[in-house]
Amino acid sequence: MTLLRTILLRLITTAVTLFGVAVIVFVVVRVVPGNPIAMMLPPGATQVDIDRLTAFYGLDKSIAQQFLIWGAGVLHGDFGTSITSRQPVLALVLGRLPATLELSVLALAMAVLMGGAAALTGTRLRGTRVEGGIDIAGGMALSIPDFLWGLILILLFGVLVPVFQISGRVTPSLKLPFSSNFYLVESLARLRFDLTRDLLSHMFLPALALAIPLTAIIAQLLKQSLKETMHLDYVTLARTQGYSEARVIWRQALPNAILPTLTLVGVQFTFLIGGTVIIERMFSYEGLGNMAIDAVINRDLPLIQGIVILFAVIFTGVNLLVDLTYAALNPRLRHG
Amino acid sequence: MADGRMEVRRRAGLRLWLSAAWLAVVVVVALLAPHLAPKNPLEQDLFSGRLPPFWQHGADPAFVLGTDSLGRDVLSRIIFGSRIALSVALISGTLTCLIGASLGLLAGFFRGWVDLVISRLIDIWMAFPPVLFSILLIAVIGPGLGSIILAIVVIDWTRFARVVRAEAMAQGAMDYIASARVAGRGRMGILWREVLPNVLPIIVVLLTLEMGIAVIVEAILSFVNLSISTDFPTWGGMISEGRASVHQAWWVLVFPLVTLFLTVLSFSQLGEGLKDRFDPVLR
Repeated sequence: MTLLRTILLRLITTAVTLFGVAVIVFVVVRVVPGNPIAMMLPPGATQVDIDRLTAFYGLDKSIAQQFLIWGAGVLHGDFGTSITSRQPVLALVLGRLPATLELSVLALAMAVLMGGAAALTGTRLRGTRVEGGIDIAGGMALSIPDFLWGLILILLFGVLVPVFQISGRVTPSLKLPFSSNFYLVESLARLRFDLTRDLLSHMFLPALALAIPLTAIIAQLLKQSLKETMHLDYVTLARTQGYSEARVIWRQALPNAILPTLTLVGVQFTFLIGGTVIIERMFSYEGLGNMAIDAVINRDLPLIQGIVILFAVIFTGVNLLVDLTYAALNPRLRHG
Repeated sequence: MADGRMEVRRRAGLRLWLSAAWLAVVVVVALLAPHLAPKNPLEQDLFSGRLPPFWQHGADPAFVLGTDSLGRDVLSRIIFGSRIALSVALISGTLTCLIGASLGLLAGFFRGWVDLVISRLIDIWMAFPPVLFSILLIAVIGPGLGSIILAIVVIDWTRFARVVRAEAMAQGAMDYIASARVAGRGRMGILWREVLPNVLPIIVVLLTLEMGIAVIVEAILSFVNLSISTDFPTWGGMISEGRASVHQAWWVLVFPLVTLFLTVLSFSQLGEGLKDRFDPVLR
């Protein structure tokens, strides 16, 4: 199979997946009991008012018709209007997306740094107690999901030793000079490091909670790959040439051991993004996930649909990117 | 190598026993809850709200682990909460396992269009954020024990299907399957008699892990107030209340959190320990 065919096939399956997601969300959301229109109007609204609003949101048509209308809108970038805030869904969702992206990428960076450091240390100190300690800590980190880590971190660093903020994205009293919702990126670009500090003190604990399980996965897999690489002849050769052990690991073994870990990180990153939903809720962080839970509680159908679709686009997008990168880097897939 | 293997087995054994012991305690507590709980878990007493645990100043020894903001006994609520946690773990774990593993077996063994349909469904499911999906489902079908179980089954069957499918595919390619086929055995018979027993160990491991996941999902749903009715004691519901008043009464959060932590850790360590036991290389 050529690379081009691989890409085409992947694009088609991605499209099918997204279509499936859209259909399922649409159907699930439509069987929600309770009339969202009735909740929007003040008590004592006339039947005419109810009918008019029902027609406005298209809820008087059959589910198939509603899906076609909605689908046509989506293809033009129109995701409908939120029922609670009466603003366009796309604008609401895109307004919150930067907060979630910054949190996820920060968590990913932390996981890669901590996991990489643990793997390298464990490899350098093979067979010592340090390696055993890293293995045990990794096992623990992996068995406990981000939800529990979040609560534990709140207790440890929000209550017991209150060094970090445990709710919100930024201190509300601060004046923000930002023109976009990428606060962290902008605070760095505008050299407002006082704001960067405040943002990071809010983001650190939720990001760490998301990062801990992924850290353990990276540490385990990278250490395993490094261990296998360390037995290869060329590594032994580098050692006999008199390079230090640390240099041999860093310059010789790491570049060869890193590919399987990179592939896995891509897939695991989608799980991390999925975890932001409950972590944002727990830390009252104003991102997409927190908005999604509010939307479910308020039965805001168009908003729920928009958010779930956006999450699905991100998930499938990340997976697509990983697969294509892998196909491009792996000569067997490229030519075979 | 022999010593290394012994060492791994010994450590795995200890892990297995400790986890099993804790889970046994939880089971006994859940069964005997009405006899063990010192108080009625629903009884409110606004005059003794937010009492600290027994060793702290101002505590009432009748409330060993203190009380929440409504004056309900934390210990009794944890004890009764184990009933919900275990019911969800056992029922949803088993159902998820049955459905997911069956679909995985069919897809992996028969291949063809069955595999195509099931694999595509798995892809679609993997594109949903699981927590959001479960919250959405509960909002649609309404809260309650049955809804939680249904939501877990609907969302988590892919965990089994994915792994079992791959495993059944690997088994299907082996020589013993080919010889069974040459011997004229029916395909269903081969699947039932030959493939299933060989993928059973991995299914048992997944089932144990799934029970831990189910406990967490129930806690997450309680945390966003979508589980059982809010005044029924669940660990997640207690944690949610505890998170809200963490600066005034840390014990409302800490004790259910520790219980949940140990239970989830035990399920997962039990699963990992079983995985090592079943691993033919180590055996």
